[in-house]
Amino acid sequence: MPWFSKQKKVKARESTPAAPPPPPAKGEGIWHKCEGCESVVARAELEREWNVCPSCGQHEALPIRRRFELVLDPGSFEELDADLTPQDPLGFVDAKKYRDRLKGTYKNTGLRDAFISGVGSIAGQQVSIGSFAFEFMGGSMGSVVGEKVTRVFDRAFERRLPAIVFSSTGGARMQEGIFSLMQMAKTSAALHRFRAVRKPYVSVMLHPTTGGVAASFAWLGDVVIAEPKALIGFAGPRVIEQTIREKLPPGFQRSEFLLEHGMIDAIVHRHDMRDRLGQLLSLLG
Amino acid sequence: MTKPAHALDFERPLIALESKIAELKELSGGARVDFTDEIQKLEKKAKRLQAEIFSELSPWQTVQLARHPNRPYTLDYLGRLFTDFFELEGDRRFAADRAIVAGFARFDGEPVLVMGHQKGRGTKENMLRNFGMPRPEGYRKARRLFDLAERFRRPVIIFIDTPGAYPGIGAEERGQAEAIATNLEVMSSLSVPSISVVIGEGASGGALGLGVTNRILMLQYAWYNVISPESCSSILYRDSTQGKKSAEALKLTAKDLAGFGITDEIIPEPEGGAHRDHDLAAENVRGAIRRHLAELEKLSPEQLVVDRYKKFRAMGVFTTEE
Ligand SMILES: [Zn+2]
Repeated sequence: MPWFSKQKKVKARESTPAAPPPPPAKGEGIWHKCEGCESVVARAELEREWNVCPSCGQHEALPIRRRFELVLDPGSFEELDADLTPQDPLGFVDAKKYRDRLKGTYKNTGLRDAFISGVGSIAGQQVSIGSFAFEFMGGSMGSVVGEKVTRVFDRAFERRLPAIVFSSTGGARMQEGIFSLMQMAKTSAALHRFRAVRKPYVSVMLHPTTGGVAASFAWLGDVVIAEPKALIGFAGPRVIEQTIREKLPPGFQRSEFLLEHGMIDAIVHRHDMRDRLGQLLSLLG
Repeated sequence: MTKPAHALDFERPLIALESKIAELKELSGGARVDFTDEIQKLEKKAKRLQAEIFSELSPWQTVQLARHPNRPYTLDYLGRLFTDFFELEGDRRFAADRAIVAGFARFDGEPVLVMGHQKGRGTKENMLRNFGMPRPEGYRKARRLFDLAERFRRPVIIFIDTPGAYPGIGAEERGQAEAIATNLEVMSSLSVPSISVVIGEGASGGALGLGVTNRILMLQYAWYNVISPESCSSILYRDSTQGKKSAEALKLTAKDLAGFGITDEIIPEPEGGAHRDHDLAAENVRGAIRRHLAELEKLSPEQLVVDRYKKFRAMGVFTTEE
């Protein structure tokens, strides 16, 4: 675990905001087996650690609401645009109707779509902030996600605030066809307008960040940060393997690989995220 | 007329009829027998058959036409519509990328930046052009030329025709996603007129990476979408042979996109598709570019940026519900 020293862990814990872990969701046991090292840990302990494995440091998915608890000053988050609701402009049907898929996912997750955004503060500094919810259809970007991301930049522009977006997504949502493709252009254009106010935009890439989101605003951060071992890239590994008919090298498209190739600026451990974001905001904001 | 060397399934009855007509004409040429009546009858029949086939093309048939190996590619339009072309190949970073051709040239005598994805014909040319799938270098070359167009105030004319950006190890290492993302932002900020014409395939971010323009035009049998039908079906059904189904579900034809307000104009193709008459296809494209360029040139640099911003800002379908 090269990215995670013992000493750092202690420090990180002290600076990590205390938030009560939510009760385990239905169907989840009280024990959790780590995907990284297979060690078994009490779910409550894992959740206290913000879903980072205490033995190997594996960063497991963090439910979206906890992402805001992790990085924002307690009680500072004000959600905005919560009323944006997806439609089905194509009348898309595969195994299921898209309309039904949306309804079902809403029922299971309580989310209307794959993005939550608003304003909050980090170490006292106001930010316009948003995060993908991977648990909603793989964090895919359709019209609602694109509009919400756009509004993160619009708000940052109007209020002259730094912008922060956490991405965790398989890319564009094919059920919205051309509309989802055009969200890439819309968000990038809004981001460009925001640049004029000379406030930083920090893009944080979580596991995984691929496709149309990676190929638009997520890679356009003034600073681009990733969590350890996140899968980040344009094409998914399966597509690349099918194209080149070769096995991919170990570690390919992971945060550490991208850092090595100069494609991102830093890898930040989840427990340090709040402090490092605060540091950046004070240096650039 | 360009004689199609490849025939799509649904073109076959028509092509069979046409070769019969050609045969009869040849026999008539010998003047021993007069087939004039028969030829006229068959020609009428061929015309009817063509109208029939093309009046109810399915989305999947449209996709096949968009990929027709004899379809005119960027260089075919470039040679017919532009003069004085000076190709610029350098990305100044890593390599030349022949999946995108770009340079300055004259359109109706006016200097412009022209570029487009370039597919190849035959194995050798397809290797060179990487089947029209750019690597990051292609997008970075484009970006460099956008900067020049901005500085020298030259309109930007783009031809879109790609099955997607290349998914390879090197492309990922060198930041395929970053290269495309940067172009989206740079193109959105240009204060010169920009027009893109989808001439064949417009697949995903690899297409949009050259596509953030004031006007989006589409040839009648081109397609444009977030994903190719095959990739879509391989995700949805774990089966890439279900392209037909996905082509219908994705709503990817020019007509669909015009209905959604995404494209500004559908450029009609010669009867039977652009591959059957490159010259006529190019003339139709010339007329459309000319008109849109004239309209855009009435706008100030500031208005051009705002015009484009508003266009993309309005894209998306959602409601607000309590
Ligand atoms: Zn572990």
